[in-house]
Amino acid sequence: MPVADTVLSVHDLRTFFRTDDGIVRAVDGVSFSVRRGETLGIVGESGSGKSVACLSALGLVPRPPAFHPSGEVRYGGRDLLALSERELEHLRGNRLAMIFQDPLTSLNPYLRVSRQLTEVLEVHRGASRVEARRAAMTMLERVGIPDPARRIDQYPHQFSGGMRQRVMIAMALLCEPEVLFADEPTTALDVTIQAQILELIAELRHSLGTAVVLITHDLGVVAGSTDRVAVMYAGRIVETGPTAAVFAQPQHPYTRGLLASTPRIDTPPGSRLEAIPGLPPDLAHLPAGCPFHPRCSQAVDRCRTEYPAVIALSMVHSAACWAVEAPQ
Amino acid sequence: MNQPVLHPDGSAAESAANSPVGGTSLWHDAWKRLRKNRVAAGSGVVLLMLAAACLVGPAVIAATWGYDYETQDLASGARPPSWSHPFGTDFYGRDLLTRVLYGGRVSLTVGLLAAVVAATVGTVYGAVSSYAGGMIDSLMMRVVDILYALPYMFLVIILVTILGKSLLLVFLALGAVGWLLTARIVRGQVMSLKEQDFVLAARSLGTSSRDIIFRHLIPNTLGPVIVTFTLTVPSMILQEAFLSFLGLGVQAPRPSLGALINDGANQMLVFWWTLAFPGAVMAVMLFALNFLGDGVRDALDPRMKH
Amino acid sequence: MKAYVIRRVLELIPTALIIVLGSFALVRLAPGSPFSSEKEIPPEVRRQLDAKYGFDKPLPEQFLRYLGNLLRGDLGPSTKYPQRSVNEIIGDGFPVSLTLAGVALVWSLLVGVTAGIIGAVRQNTIWDHAAMGAALVGISIPSFVLGPLLVLIFALRLHLLPPAGWGDWRHVILPGLTLGTIYAASIARLTRGGMLEVVRSDFIRTARAKGLSERLVIWRHMLRGGLLPVVSYLGPAIASMLTGSVVVEKIFNVPGIGPYFVDAAFNRDYFLVMGIVLLYAFFLLLLNLVVDVAYGFLDPRIEYP
Repeated sequence: MPVADTVLSVHDLRTFFRTDDGIVRAVDGVSFSVRRGETLGIVGESGSGKSVACLSALGLVPRPPAFHPSGEVRYGGRDLLALSERELEHLRGNRLAMIFQDPLTSLNPYLRVSRQLTEVLEVHRGASRVEARRAAMTMLERVGIPDPARRIDQYPHQFSGGMRQRVMIAMALLCEPEVLFADEPTTALDVTIQAQILELIAELRHSLGTAVVLITHDLGVVAGSTDRVAVMYAGRIVETGPTAAVFAQPQHPYTRGLLASTPRIDTPPGSRLEAIPGLPPDLAHLPAGCPFHPRCSQAVDRCRTEYPAVIALSMVHSAACWAVEAPQ
Repeated sequence: MNQPVLHPDGSAAESAANSPVGGTSLWHDAWKRLRKNRVAAGSGVVLLMLAAACLVGPAVIAATWGYDYETQDLASGARPPSWSHPFGTDFYGRDLLTRVLYGGRVSLTVGLLAAVVAATVGTVYGAVSSYAGGMIDSLMMRVVDILYALPYMFLVIILVTILGKSLLLVFLALGAVGWLLTARIVRGQVMSLKEQDFVLAARSLGTSSRDIIFRHLIPNTLGPVIVTFTLTVPSMILQEAFLSFLGLGVQAPRPSLGALINDGANQMLVFWWTLAFPGAVMAVMLFALNFLGDGVRDALDPRMKH
Repeated sequence: MKAYVIRRVLELIPTALIIVLGSFALVRLAPGSPFSSEKEIPPEVRRQLDAKYGFDKPLPEQFLRYLGNLLRGDLGPSTKYPQRSVNEIIGDGFPVSLTLAGVALVWSLLVGVTAGIIGAVRQNTIWDHAAMGAALVGISIPSFVLGPLLVLIFALRLHLLPPAGWGDWRHVILPGLTLGTIYAASIARLTRGGMLEVVRSDFIRTARAKGLSERLVIWRHMLRGGLLPVVSYLGPAIASMLTGSVVVEKIFNVPGIGPYFVDAAFNRDYFLVMGIVLLYAFFLLLLNLVVDVAYGFLDPRIEYP
């Protein structure tokens, strides 16, 4: 449903991997969209497909062994999945950017930070080395790196974890992209640094108008930093809506389970955290029907045979579950 | 020690590999992977056949045709391949097939034994040095560094000239110099292993150092040791062949592939088969060993090639 | 960094001493003497010879004399070739062996690195299989099989290159190729392995996410880390090339040091053996130092205490 100001929209994306164990359905029919200046959170456990979905959007999943039996990623009036590698290279780092979870391994340890920053501008803006360096230093300052003139010539291992992530952010935003994918940007960091990084992203989003897709498994991050949220399980989105609404009235049993198992400050002392029973599914051998049904306390017969239809609870909030009643 | 199969983004196939299909040990997994690798498995079969041929071949030939590697026939001299001499004969009329098989036997035996010696000495040395730590470790590793810096071939040559040209001593000499790499690798492994909890647990139970080293640490280093072993065997075979080529190895009239190739090279224009067959057998042997070694390495390293 | 290099050079000294002592002991341990070979020498003459070379003195004294001479750069006389000193023999032969090893090195790097990069970048395609297949063959054919084979093809059948000897640039090609091919194969496999390791790393994913072209990703981001295993291999490889030239020199009749060494070991030509062993040992020690330092330049994460 095209909404005004939608910058990127993903329709029915499927990413499968051919492995020796069979076909792994990492992303199995995912649709979402982001608008200018908004933050969409994609939350789920590891293996839920959230990272693969975003990597697929940028064409960063190696094909083979991956392939896309269906799906469309619309950006700028074109389907990204249909573009050539050359055209995608044009967009990546330029109009669509991505930052990753572990800044230590995600930055090239053999190159100076200056090189890794300037090359983005040199490639996408045709800037000279000198101009690019100046712009990079400005950006470093903007993301909060002290003494940028000296630090820009250092190597990644000479920065602390939080600083490295700031460098990654600087690198991603140098060309002022329209969409920023952030794959667990704070998971590898200390809690206090986490907050700083999230604040930085929010502030930059505000000033640049970038749409942010924030991938995380941490509900706390979702609660504080996102406008809308999509909950993923076994390669599909099981619930999506405005963050406040989903948190206040979670519809899908999985979402409820996630929220119930997250410690909150207002949880009465002495009460137990409820874990979701069972194990995450084997993506090469998914059960029939709803993939969550083996662990679901509200499963009915239909859940075992048919994948649930998407029930809309409001214009903006929907969940895929047979146990949810559509409002009249 | 069952590491998940990592996919490009680390997540997708991780759950696939961790599926509760029943835990398998590292060795079981490795064996399965090795079997699936057709090239490596094929090489293994080729090697086994070669070994079998080298072992019983000469006896079979002696029984059927009545000659062994020494039987000369000066009247006919060197003859090209024929029914009674599938590889032809050499300058003295000796059957080349028997000689090549016998030489292959020498190569395989020497190679394997030398590699085993090297692996054993290296493993124990490296484990002890690393576990002992401190000054002892520094000293022991310094010895390794010095020996490592010396020209290998020269040391072997010197050793062989000192110890004499007996077959037994040849492989001792080779092993004596070839244990260095294993020692280094095992030391590195033990360095990271000895900090782990299971060692702490064993120590708190009062296990003796010797037991810790031999029953806990060394078994856990077997993976890299085996990989190094698969690299060492062809290397040893090559070294032995080099020595024979230079006239230092197994002595005439007992054949060795290196010596056969040396003779063949000198006569290759007139008697091409005296070079071709020993050379081919040596190449096939090394080829198969290398392929198999690659396969073993890939089988033991859980990270996929794709 | 400078302090590190100086420290390493200083550390070489005790190592060097141990090597000299060790080689001396090892060489003299061998039964037999330089004069016990062919003809029967009357004990009178024998005693004179021993005195001439100082073999009648107690061993520790001989060692000190040798050390003293060594420090003055005198490697002693040859017992097998009384007309020439060890310095002369080595002076004639070593440059030749060095040239041969040099050619082998250049060849192995050029072919090896190229094949390795092709294999890694075109992984699992026919190019990869061809390159790695060739590499496997290269490792499996020993130089003493490859040498005669090359001679047969290029010299005796095609008459393109001389089969043996040493004189102009054409004499270097076949021996150099023979010596270098095994290392080319290893380097190819190491390069491919190293590059593939790097290919899997997160920072390559980041580089692609930045929209860099494949060529930039390979040249600027992959090569540095990918070639590291090759650099650390170069130390032992060059060492091995120098000593492996022994066999190649025999095949092609190249007047290097190799053949001298084997004979010297047999003939118990003490000074010559020691001279050669020490020369190579020191060369290798220096080489290892150079490689270590080079490695430090390439990987900025390495800090020198």
